[in-house]
Amino acid sequence: MASLIGFYSLIFGFCLSFFIIFFSIRNYKDSNNFDTKIISLTFLQLFFVIVSFFGLIFSFVTSDFSNETVFNHSHSTKPLFYKISGTWGNHEGSLLLWLLVLTLFIFLFLIRSKDQTKQYRVLTLLFQEIIIIGFFIFVIKTSSPFNYIFPVPDEGLGLNPILQDPALAIHPPILYLGYVGSSIIFSSTLSAVSLGYMSKGWASHIKQWILTSWIFLTLGILLGSIWAYYELGWGGFWFWDPVENVSLMPWLALTTLFHCVLVLEKKLILTSWVVVLSISTFALSMCGTFLVRSGILNSVHTFANDPERGLFILIFLFCLIFLSLFIFFFFHKPENKINYNFFLLSKETSILVNNWFMMYFLIVVLIGTIYPIFLEVISSQKISVGPPFYNKLIIPFLIPFLLAMALGPKLEWIKSKLENKIYLILFFVLSLFLSIFIIKILGTNFLFNTILITPAFYLFLITIRDFVSMKLKNLSQNIAHFGFSLLILSILFNNILSTETITNLKVGETFQAKNYKINFESIDQEERQNFQSFIAKFNIENSDGSIEILKPELRVYNQPNIITSEADIKTNLLRDKFITINVVQNQEYFNVRYQIKPLMIWIWLSVLLISLGGLTSLIKKKYEK
Amino acid sequence: MKNKVSSLISILLFVLIFFLFYKGLKNSNIYTPVTKIEKDIPFFETKIFDKNEDISSNEIFIDDNRFYLLNIWASWCVPCVDEHPFLLELTKQQNLNLIGLNYKDNDIKAEKFLNELGNPYSIILLDYDGTLAIEWGAYGVPETFLIKEKKIIKKIIGPINDDYLNEIKELIK
Amino acid sequence: MKLLKYLFLLFLIFNLSSLYAEEKNLKTEITKNLRCLVCQGQSVYDSDSEFADSIKILIDEKIKQGQDKQEIYQYLKDRYGQWILYEPEFSKNTYFLWIFPVFIFLIGGFLIFRLFIIKKN
Repeated sequence: MASLIGFYSLIFGFCLSFFIIFFSIRNYKDSNNFDTKIISLTFLQLFFVIVSFFGLIFSFVTSDFSNETVFNHSHSTKPLFYKISGTWGNHEGSLLLWLLVLTLFIFLFLIRSKDQTKQYRVLTLLFQEIIIIGFFIFVIKTSSPFNYIFPVPDEGLGLNPILQDPALAIHPPILYLGYVGSSIIFSSTLSAVSLGYMSKGWASHIKQWILTSWIFLTLGILLGSIWAYYELGWGGFWFWDPVENVSLMPWLALTTLFHCVLVLEKKLILTSWVVVLSISTFALSMCGTFLVRSGILNSVHTFANDPERGLFILIFLFCLIFLSLFIFFFFHKPENKINYNFFLLSKETSILVNNWFMMYFLIVVLIGTIYPIFLEVISSQKISVGPPFYNKLIIPFLIPFLLAMALGPKLEWIKSKLENKIYLILFFVLSLFLSIFIIKILGTNFLFNTILITPAFYLFLITIRDFVSMKLKNLSQNIAHFGFSLLILSILFNNILSTETITNLKVGETFQAKNYKINFESIDQEERQNFQSFIAKFNIENSDGSIEILKPELRVYNQPNIITSEADIKTNLLRDKFITINVVQNQEYFNVRYQIKPLMIWIWLSVLLISLGGLTSLIKKKYEK
Repeated sequence: MKNKVSSLISILLFVLIFFLFYKGLKNSNIYTPVTKIEKDIPFFETKIFDKNEDISSNEIFIDDNRFYLLNIWASWCVPCVDEHPFLLELTKQQNLNLIGLNYKDNDIKAEKFLNELGNPYSIILLDYDGTLAIEWGAYGVPETFLIKEKKIIKKIIGPINDDYLNEIKELIK
Repeated sequence: MKLLKYLFLLFLIFNLSSLYAEEKNLKTEITKNLRCLVCQGQSVYDSDSEFADSIKILIDEKIKQGQDKQEIYQYLKDRYGQWILYEPEFSKNTYFLWIFPVFIFLIGGFLIFRLFIIKKN
């Protein structure tokens, strides 16, 4: 029943698109004010999508296995929370989420843009509706979440147990609010370009949408990394996996876009950058959707491997790209270059430098992700592009980038004399000494990683000093940049200082490492809702006499038949202690992995700080209004 | 003018990218490590199952007039149970020798497996730590290699089914 | 001027390949660079699968035999193809991969630099 309602709701939502387009075109052409009927229709469309979405949730919650999607991805013994999150943990349901965010954002845009011109608002709506229609067709034709199966099975095929995790449950909605939310930036920019509407005022207006999308995207990526760290069991949080890259690329484009819009707010320059980046962010989002769902890539995260669906997205994506190219080349009038009096030491230049580096990073990630696909097509050779590639091309460039990040904001608009050069140099020297001191203590080699400590510290100190001396001025920038410096420092020190012991132990055995002793005390079995749980008890004796108890777990699921290893992680502000055990085939001993990972929690906190910076900017704008 | 040139270049570039993606879509995304056709079999030495003897590959693949089928299996491998009947079927082929490679297994459990399901192998080799399978370029179980004149002429990844069975029969005619 | 200094520094840094992090442990370095072929997106170092375990044993043996990194990589490449290595080798197949991003970086730098030359004139 719920599925039926969901299905028809979806159809109604789709049909509404045509009404919306009709009334929009009419309103665009006539001389009246903005037709409020359109807002009602947009809301109605959103409403239908919400109903459809809830129809699916309800089907999952009630374990309605006559629904093919529910059958494929759920099981009656799944806990309620995961039945609900299972709704968007599959291809069809996640597309419904796409539609939800698409329709939500255009509705919110219309009610929040009352101070903009009618034509701009209507045209934005039209562009967004093109995207919406495309997705409606995609869902209804190739990926309906409301397919009926008969006879109705008694039980579902169950969801992959790795996906039954709280962080992963909320990761898609948050990520999509960012990812899909960039659609509104895409639509409104195309609209602005077509109408010659780009101005400083427009930049201010679009900034809030950029920030909103950006904050969610940052948080979404953070959640994904947290999930990977806690759930996947080997203590890493970023693998340069294609699907991770695919979320990072829009983020890079969006961050760059944000900085360009900051300039555009003050001066009519960098308009081409803004247009291209707006288009690119959403294009990268769609491209990511294509890569993940078409089966063209092989990864932990990939959804359905269905070339037919892949083909649809590919064609849809390129239609949007060609449309954007057409509008850009036909309508966009680059600003008069007389405005270009870029002085070397100016804020505009530092933003340009920022763009330069960010685009480089974006291209590294893009080429790294896509090149294997192209190479295979051209030469049938299959290669991998993994972490070593990205590390080698990115880390060295972070050094000047961090320096630019520290100095750039200090520069004034138009021209600067770099005030207070003394403390800037002083801080640099301080950072240098600090780094050398730390390297000496740790006894590590002189590498790019270690050189990177200096500029990271520099940015760290500069932003702290700015916060102290300037208090609320540029607060959001300080918080975000400080967060970034903290992120780099945490990752660096975590990387340098992490230690690990890998050994095979039977119950009752002990392993003596340099600074601690691992005792495998016992292993107990417990029955849980949908799996058997084997909880191992370890106590770790540290050299300072303290004792910690860690309990990693093995879970044996029956539907599907999988064994997963759940790490036990003890976190505090200084370090994480991370332990996992694994079954060794045909042996009585277990493989035990114990890691000490310093500053782990600061990695998460620093990303939160970065998002907080964005949020601060958003809120401040509300106050200034 | 400059605009027209860059627009043309952009369009061409994207058309190219589109085609590359399109073709990429057509290709399979499941990677099977390429075993060059007619690759030489590796040289190795290992123990024989059930006997405390060593044997070298020279002594196994001696007859160049016969075909050999090296099958990697384990008692803990579920698909191996499915493919076992097909292996037994293949023992009827006169010019084919089946050689088992017991992968990361326990002797007692392996024995039990063969007692329950039948033993199609003329000889079974041991690979306790899995390094011999790597020598062959395998990465999972079950995997099967068809060999003639000390060269690998076919590699099957996953359990043998009807289609593979017929293919093998064709190849060894 | 600052820009030139940056570019020069960059050029210098990029050439100092000895500054790239190398694992203290050869086995760790190799296994981190190997893809676990039966896992989805894990290195052999991180994985506990049967395949990964066997590879690690194999690498231990080969290191004991005195083989170096390249020999071990070649052994595995012969059997599994280039795909098993996470770091793409610098060969004619991958010139574009390694060089294009840096090339774009240099172009970008040049374009910005030009902005100031024009200004001066």
